[in-house]
Amino acid sequence: MALRQISGCRWGVLGAVLTLALTLAACSQSDSTQGVDTSDCSDLKQYGDLKGKSISVYYPNVDPEDKAYKASFKRFEACTGAKVKYEGTLELSAQLPVRVRAGTPPDIASIPQPGLLATLVGTGKVKPAPAAVSANVDKFFGKDWRAYGTVNGTLYAAPGGANVKSLVWYSPSVFKAKGYLVPQTYDELVKLSDKIASDDSKAKPWCAGFGSGEATGWVGTDWLEDILLRTAGPEVYDHWVKHEIPFNDPQIATALAKVGDILKNPKYVNGGRGDVKSIATTTFQDAGQGVLDGSCYLHRQASFFAAQWPKGTKVAEDGDVFAFYLPAIDAAKGKPTLGAGDFITAFADRPEVKAFQTYLSTDAYANDKAKATPEGGWVSSNKGLKLENLKSPIDKLSAQILQDPKAVFRFDASDQMPSAVGAGTFWKGMTNWIVGKSDKETLDYIEGSWPK
Amino acid sequence: MSTGAKFGQMFVAIGLFTLVFGSILLLASRAKDRAAERIQAGAFVLPALLFLAVGLIYPAILTVYESFRSADSSSFVGIDNYLTILTQPDLQVVLRNTVIWMVLVPLAATAIGLLYAVLVDRARGEAFAKSLIFLPMAISFVGASIIWKFVYEYKPTGFAQIGLLNEILVTLGFDAQNFFLLPSPWNTLFLVVVMVWIQAGFAMTILSAAIKAIPSDIIEAARLDGATGVKMFRRITLPSIRPAVIVVLTTIGIGTLKVFDIVRTMTGGQFETSVVANEFYNQSFIYNNTGLGAALAVLLFILVIPVVAYNVRQLRKADAR
Repeated sequence: MALRQISGCRWGVLGAVLTLALTLAACSQSDSTQGVDTSDCSDLKQYGDLKGKSISVYYPNVDPEDKAYKASFKRFEACTGAKVKYEGTLELSAQLPVRVRAGTPPDIASIPQPGLLATLVGTGKVKPAPAAVSANVDKFFGKDWRAYGTVNGTLYAAPGGANVKSLVWYSPSVFKAKGYLVPQTYDELVKLSDKIASDDSKAKPWCAGFGSGEATGWVGTDWLEDILLRTAGPEVYDHWVKHEIPFNDPQIATALAKVGDILKNPKYVNGGRGDVKSIATTTFQDAGQGVLDGSCYLHRQASFFAAQWPKGTKVAEDGDVFAFYLPAIDAAKGKPTLGAGDFITAFADRPEVKAFQTYLSTDAYANDKAKATPEGGWVSSNKGLKLENLKSPIDKLSAQILQDPKAVFRFDASDQMPSAVGAGTFWKGMTNWIVGKSDKETLDYIEGSWPK
Repeated sequence: MSTGAKFGQMFVAIGLFTLVFGSILLLASRAKDRAAERIQAGAFVLPALLFLAVGLIYPAILTVYESFRSADSSSFVGIDNYLTILTQPDLQVVLRNTVIWMVLVPLAATAIGLLYAVLVDRARGEAFAKSLIFLPMAISFVGASIIWKFVYEYKPTGFAQIGLLNEILVTLGFDAQNFFLLPSPWNTLFLVVVMVWIQAGFAMTILSAAIKAIPSDIIEAARLDGATGVKMFRRITLPSIRPAVIVVLTTIGIGTLKVFDIVRTMTGGQFETSVVANEFYNQSFIYNNTGLGAALAVLLFILVIPVVAYNVRQLRKADAR
């Protein structure tokens, strides 16, 4: 424990004799505020003087994303005197429960799945959100987002970042050259797919990849969720998430068949990667690259896919690649939007932790974080987030979709289901489905695995 | 905590260590009769025992206890978790795969290592030939898995191949195949290849040393009697190095039971390639089913006991000679 608390810079001072220049560079880098004005403290006075206090935070983001987080905390540190100790890990979902059970939880953790939040609340170690946080959540977030941070009627966590999953990536320049238009309805999307399939015999209209290490299959679950929201609507979706209707309900089967019309159609997939089965072995990072090299035209993937394009790719409406909203099937039902996000959870209720937790739930923080992320790749469902503070066009598009009053937002279902299903058999089931299992076999298998 | 306080803590710890060790040594030097010697031995053993108790025995007992309890460890469920392992189709596949690994890896790695050791024995360039096959030993399992993932990588015919095997297929005029990691159970065999690739070098080194240790008078006598080639290998070499072969087989067997990194890196346990250690991790840390996870850990423990016991006995036999 003691070792972990020694900050990088202090070790740097010890090693300075050897690598003075390197260390100085490293130390000054971590002090970067990346566009956040740390001198304006007017709205942070309410938290008082927290000099000498420290708050440990635990995020699932590592280098290079962690730089933006650290920079976004700088104003709070400068104004209150408190020190925020950032720790990032890619294994947060596995490590956080271990640390909680061991009695050494961080002060604040960013939890990416409501299902995991519910599990941790069950241990009794999570502190209910302070009144100020609750008020902020009411003020800045929609009722749906409040519900995802609520367990058994008590609010435990305020929403942090968010992403939009109902997006289809395409190449604006290629669309322009071929005279294709961005489809406004689902029918148009299918017609466009057919047209591409007959226009270009060398490429395929769609490319997809389920591969993601031990999380292989999550892309498939997103597809099913996105289409289910469109064919059956949000109420059925909610019942399905809570297992109030069985996983293999006929309405789910309808949605899965509709996903199969695209993903299991050999005329449509899998651009540049092979046959239908190749979707299972292609990583989601690789799959979309076909949009750029011309081996496919459409790639349904979340807003965070923006980070996967090679350096120098212009991600904009008039650039090399951009995304359009996956159209609704029945326009009368509004704009179904699938997304995900993280939730800021506290395991301590010391005054400085409460203060920081409150600050993280404000519109001021959302704007600080947007400013601290010059490369783009972060949005929030915080209604106080100003679009002009978002640097990248895709983040602006995501924020627009999230803030659209017509949008019917639903959180990624697999993140809310019990992890044995949501991070287990649902992933596995969709992977086996793409490799050849039938719709019925797949849904029956997942239904059978639901914990009793 | 400030740097000063941390240094203070460190000095206290060093001081405490010196004190304890000093008093044990003092006690040892004072020992005159048998009883005192026993106390002295006890004083030396005690710290090790204490660490073993806290770090090994207590967790082992706790794991066995949890394996009889529910997913969140709140209620007693009897042998339900073990029944689940034996009856659930997903977990049956896991058991099947573990058996495939257990049978194939030790046999294949030892056979290849032995064949190689015999072939290069006293040949020209022996050291170079040996270091070639020993090199993979220096690569971590995760590193090796990433290398082999590239070897198996698939892109359709007509696109630039990244995978070595598919490039060879395409060059020979065949179609590229997405065969290596996808269809079960063959994909497990392609994962097994990775472990054999790493472990064959280990087998070769130990067996080569054993072959060199065969007394030359035995070999000369056999030669005078007219033994050559295969006969020499079967009648003289193999019986003489039998203890070493068994140690190699069991050591690789134990390593194979614990295999986790290769599966997790290459397929993540998808496409029906999961093994017990991988499933144990998933159940315990991803699905939050500590009961089933503990039961899988206990199963692994039970499977490894006979192999370890046999290994230790053979080692003792080898030492006694």
